[in-house]
Amino acid sequence: MIELISPARCTGCNICVSVCPMDVFQPTGGGRAEGAAPVIARQSDCQTCFLCEAHCPDDALYVAPDAETVTGITEEAVAAAGLFGSYRRAIGWTAAHRENRSADQTFRLLAPH
Amino acid sequence: MANVPGAPVSSSAASLDLETDVLILGGGPAGTWAAIAAATAGARTILADKGFCGTSGATAASGTTLWYIDPDPAKRAAAKASREGLGGHLADHGWMDRVLDRTHAAVGQLADWGYPFPRDADGRERRVSVQGPEYMRLMRRRVKQAGVTILDHCPALELLVDDGGAVAGAVGLQRQKGGRWTVRAKAVVIATGGCAFLSKALGCNVLTGDGLLMAAEAGADLSGMEFSNAYAIAPAFGSVTKTLLYQWASFTRADGEPIPGAASKGGRSVIARVLTTEPVYARLDRAEPELWAAMRQAQPNFFLPFDRVGVDPFTQRFPVTLRLEGTVRGTGGLRLVDGTCATAVPGLFAAGDAATRESICGGFTGGGSHNAAWAMSTGHWAGLGAADHARALGNGIRTLRRAGGAGLQDRPRGGAAIDAGGLTRAVQAEVFPYDINYFRTEEGLTGSLARLDRLWADAAGAMPASADTVLRVREAAAMLATARWMYRSALARTESRGMHRRIDHAALDPAQRHLLTVGGLDEVHVSTRPAPVRADRAETGRELAA
Ligand SMILES: Cc1cc2nc3c(=O)[nH]c(=O)nc-3n(C[C@H](O)[C@H](O)[C@H](O)COP(=O)(O)OP(=O)(O)OC[C@H]3O[C@@H](n4cnc5c(N)ncnc54)[C@H](O)[C@@H]3O)c2cc1C
Ligand code: SF4
Ligand code: SF4
Repeated sequence: MIELISPARCTGCNICVSVCPMDVFQPTGGGRAEGAAPVIARQSDCQTCFLCEAHCPDDALYVAPDAETVTGITEEAVAAAGLFGSYRRAIGWTAAHRENRSADQTFRLLAPH
Repeated sequence: MANVPGAPVSSSAASLDLETDVLILGGGPAGTWAAIAAATAGARTILADKGFCGTSGATAASGTTLWYIDPDPAKRAAAKASREGLGGHLADHGWMDRVLDRTHAAVGQLADWGYPFPRDADGRERRVSVQGPEYMRLMRRRVKQAGVTILDHCPALELLVDDGGAVAGAVGLQRQKGGRWTVRAKAVVIATGGCAFLSKALGCNVLTGDGLLMAAEAGADLSGMEFSNAYAIAPAFGSVTKTLLYQWASFTRADGEPIPGAASKGGRSVIARVLTTEPVYARLDRAEPELWAAMRQAQPNFFLPFDRVGVDPFTQRFPVTLRLEGTVRGTGGLRLVDGTCATAVPGLFAAGDAATRESICGGFTGGGSHNAAWAMSTGHWAGLGAADHARALGNGIRTLRRAGGAGLQDRPRGGAAIDAGGLTRAVQAEVFPYDINYFRTEEGLTGSLARLDRLWADAAGAMPASADTVLRVREAAAMLATARWMYRSALARTESRGMHRRIDHAALDPAQRHLLTVGGLDEVHVSTRPAPVRADRAETGRELAA
């Protein structure tokens, strides 16, 4: 489930508000102009799909893998474990990891046709 | 907002009022391929998604393998034959050929559009899979470039029909901007995906069978709804129902004792059996370490839960569960009447998981590539079919009325409004349990149906939902309707075939190699249709009963 938005990292672009398929986030008054972070307004609606993380340009939010419960993990713990942006790096959506976009090795795992 | 049965549409009731040739409901693979096809054929096209076109739906979160087979007759024949038996010999030779051709062309198009397919050691591009976020981000871009208007966070609630009963648009909610939307359209494509009953399977909580309910309210029927009990393996705490890598898993009890026969493929029911009484653990210890890196690169999302809780799935055991994916990796859905993906109702087309996939995989899909191929192919054809229909219809003035029922209409003796949360839990209590839905019996299905029918009677007679609950209410009603079609069909098929497994009729019955049509809301009715000529015998003409 979505756990947190880091106020320090978030630039208030509200991309997560748009892309979350479950409409979990709510923009706050200032929005992009004032760099205000949106809030996690409907946490229990979260479907743990990790797509807000994939689309956040600033690696500012964290989705814990627990689908049913809130873990309460802190921003410090996420940062210390190097988890901010880890999904985006894995799929090659950061500048430094572009090569991962075409790293899919599924063809090696499927029975040959 | 109250609505008298069959009330005419007034534009004042909606805050966004649009008119178009083709309206696509759903923006997953099926909806995006449909939108591109319709717009490219010259139709003015609008696509409305409950969530966000590009992240919403099963594919965006999960990624898929693709039924991408070179047009070499031997390879094609082998690809078709490989799933014939699993699907219970219900697939259609002609449809399989069409889908294989169309998928090959569509995947080629993806490559031309810049999808970053990987290359193998020989430098050959390999096109057998797509990563969800990458694929659907690209599809959104192409939909926009085709000139389609996208309405994100705009779930459809009900269809509009004209005096002759033809579908003529839809009404929905603008859940972020507030208010309703109304789109009058000459043709509508239902691409709202399958129904996974809010089980939190990966990417599936937007998939509550809404399109099936809306289409049925307009008079469409369904097929193959007995093939609706796909359960997928996931870490017990998590949402990631990706199953490919579990072919390298061994499954054990809490004390470490191996569970005989338990496997992802061909032994999943053994896991379900044990899970009814005790936890089951998995470890991917049958994968050679040389393969570990490739597995990570193949499925980055599979490893997210493990990396985040600090479990090494190759060396450490973790508890697993089976989450219901319902019709998403089942095969049932709206019945198509021809190759344009038209439904039984004029002006209404269906594609992807919302349409029955029996034509290419019979009664079983599970993991593996057919679903993605079906979404690409039927999306394309439904978009073209809808554009043709719109062109043929011309510009006559039509009087429209709203076709929606449960949760939307004022009732003469209206009971309390539907409690969406309560109804959802009640439906889940019937469809989640393995001992009702995985292992089916006449007794279990009959008991369940009695309860579901009572829930429907209440829901159908309820007062209209308020603006802030109507989406959840309609989702609950759609899941309820879906459950009733599933179990009526399951009761009618007194044999085991494809993924439909009857404990009291454990064998395949050659006399039941037919398809089941199901439909109706207050009264659910099931009838049989002949199955197509067996695909594996079509060429030789040796059509047999089983
Ligand atoms: C974990 C997992 C792994 C899978 N792996 C494979 C695989 O390897 N190979 C394969 O072939 N298939 C696979 N599948 C199946 C595949 O993902 C689906 O068949 C495919 O996504 C179907 O595409 P679709 O466009 O019909 O539906 P979806 O992709 O589910 O999209 C449906 C869309 O409709 C929208 N919608 C729903 N209700 C409404 C409404 N009321 N109004 C407007 N919009 C609405 C949703 O928001 C969503 O965007 C997998 C599925 C899962 C869950
Ligand atoms: S996408 Fe990231 S940076 Fe943008 S508002 Fe959301 S959390 Fe903040
Ligand atoms: S994990 Fe998915 S559902 Fe949850 S907040 Fe992020 S995008 Fe939304």
